Amino acid sequence: MASKSFDGILADERRSALRGAGLVGSIICVCLFALWLTGFFDARRFIESGPAIQQLSSEMVPPDFGRWRTWLKPLLDTLAMSIAGTALAVVFSLPLALLAAPNTSPHRTVYFAVRTLLAFLRSVPEIILGVLFVAAVGFGALPGVLALALHSVGMVGKFYSEAIEHVDPKPLEAARAAGATQMQVIVHAVLPQVLPQLTDVTIYRWEYHFRASAVLGIVGAGGIGFELMAALRLLNYDQVSAILLSILACVVVVDSIGAYLRRTLK
Amino acid sequence: MLSVQNVEVIYPNGFTGLQQTSVRFDRGQFIVLLGTSGAGKSTLLRTLNGLVKPTRGDVAIDGQGSIFSSGSALRRHRQRTGMVFQQHHLIGRLTALENVLIGRLAAYSTIRTMAPLPRKDRILALEALDRVGLADRALHRADQLSGGQQQRVGIARAKAQEPELILADEPVASLDPETAVHVLGDLHRICREDGITAIVSLHQVDLARRFADRIIGLAQGRVVFEGAPAEFGTFALDTNYKASSPVLFEAAE
Repeated sequence: MASKSFDGILADERRSALRGAGLVGSIICVCLFALWLTGFFDARRFIESGPAIQQLSSEMVPPDFGRWRTWLKPLLDTLAMSIAGTALAVVFSLPLALLAAPNTSPHRTVYFAVRTLLAFLRSVPEIILGVLFVAAVGFGALPGVLALALHSVGMVGKFYSEAIEHVDPKPLEAARAAGATQMQVIVHAVLPQVLPQLTDVTIYRWEYHFRASAVLGIVGAGGIGFELMAALRLLNYDQVSAILLSILACVVVVDSIGAYLRRTLK
Repeated sequence: MLSVQNVEVIYPNGFTGLQQTSVRFDRGQFIVLLGTSGAGKSTLLRTLNGLVKPTRGDVAIDGQGSIFSSGSALRRHRQRTGMVFQQHHLIGRLTALENVLIGRLAAYSTIRTMAPLPRKDRILALEALDRVGLADRALHRADQLSGGQQQRVGIARAKAQEPELILADEPVASLDPETAVHVLGDLHRICREDGITAIVSLHQVDLARRFADRIIGLAQGRVVFEGAPAEFGTFALDTNYKASSPVLFEAAE
């Protein structure tokens, strides 16, 4: 009697293990198919491209830092773009996040509308936004900042609203019971709870913005990316590698500052 | 000072929290709502400051009418009504002082509270902490305090509102029996000294008999006993609420 039911349990276990294995197997098949579809298994292309890759690598080494003075201003621009973009993103994300969190949103319709808006904003890549803003406000750092901010509102707003959604509701009830208005509840019972997470998201986003703004220069939206594009166009690959190394150095610095801020603001 | 008039509460999931009930609460008393979990204590307590809206009936203040007459009337009523919760409802990463200051928010406009509150409110909050013996813990994070201390901060937050009425929902249910007596004693002393009316829900008969001026027994969402502790049957030594709950039912009959 007992052994029969044990057999039953083991049979169930085998079935669920098989289901798991089947799922993993299908995922692997999909990945292989995607690699095949994109030409990864075409050995000839790799063999034929060998000399080109060799040529490129030899031209990139040693890196040519001869023009470093002319890169300082663009690097500074890129840094400024990342900071300005983050500041703008925070200012617009916070109110939108409050509208997009079910526990602070005034109405379900508003909640759905703002969530949709955020999803839309983050689904447009910043490089596309960069092209559009360059067309709208002209070359320079400004279109870059606007592109970063607008795309990030979609991302940061979502992260903020998720943090707000998961606050402990008990202190909110306490504030409400003490006669606080909805706005006072948000400022004094919701925000103090999520401040560490909001700070974390914001600093992470700033680090990301620095890397992203380096790319934005490519479409004419200011910063070091513009220099990178120029070097690529002129086939100065030794300068390209030098610029990439400069960007890398700055990314390391920005990430360290970010890590420091995260530690101290905890 | 406060009366519940034919109040009935049916929750959205269909559960009846409170059957049609009418009760009066008199000024200056320490009133205990006694009953097992699910008896309707929390529901009744929460309708008294509008955290739960009655499906039928009304809650009225003597001479001022319904607490539900408008949003601002409800907020005014809540401002005069401190609340102490079972799980203290503090914000763990804020200091005890910052938590107590939540009790001062309603005294100011939303805009004013964007800036730090004035010194006199901070002093008021510190005095409230001092009343529960925690002035020296004012700058400790709430989550670094013990369970009993956290509940004392909860009491200080209610006291800082300078309320006429304090509602306490199972304020000592999460504490060990000895701490429970101390914390409830603090609440009782403060209400007595400051002339604050208290309505406290409990499930421990011994605590109710020890502190209450008046006991309201609840079972299955209705009032089954109302009177002085001395009238509350002959089970004074029975501290086990499971054993006492049938008595509550008997009291109804």
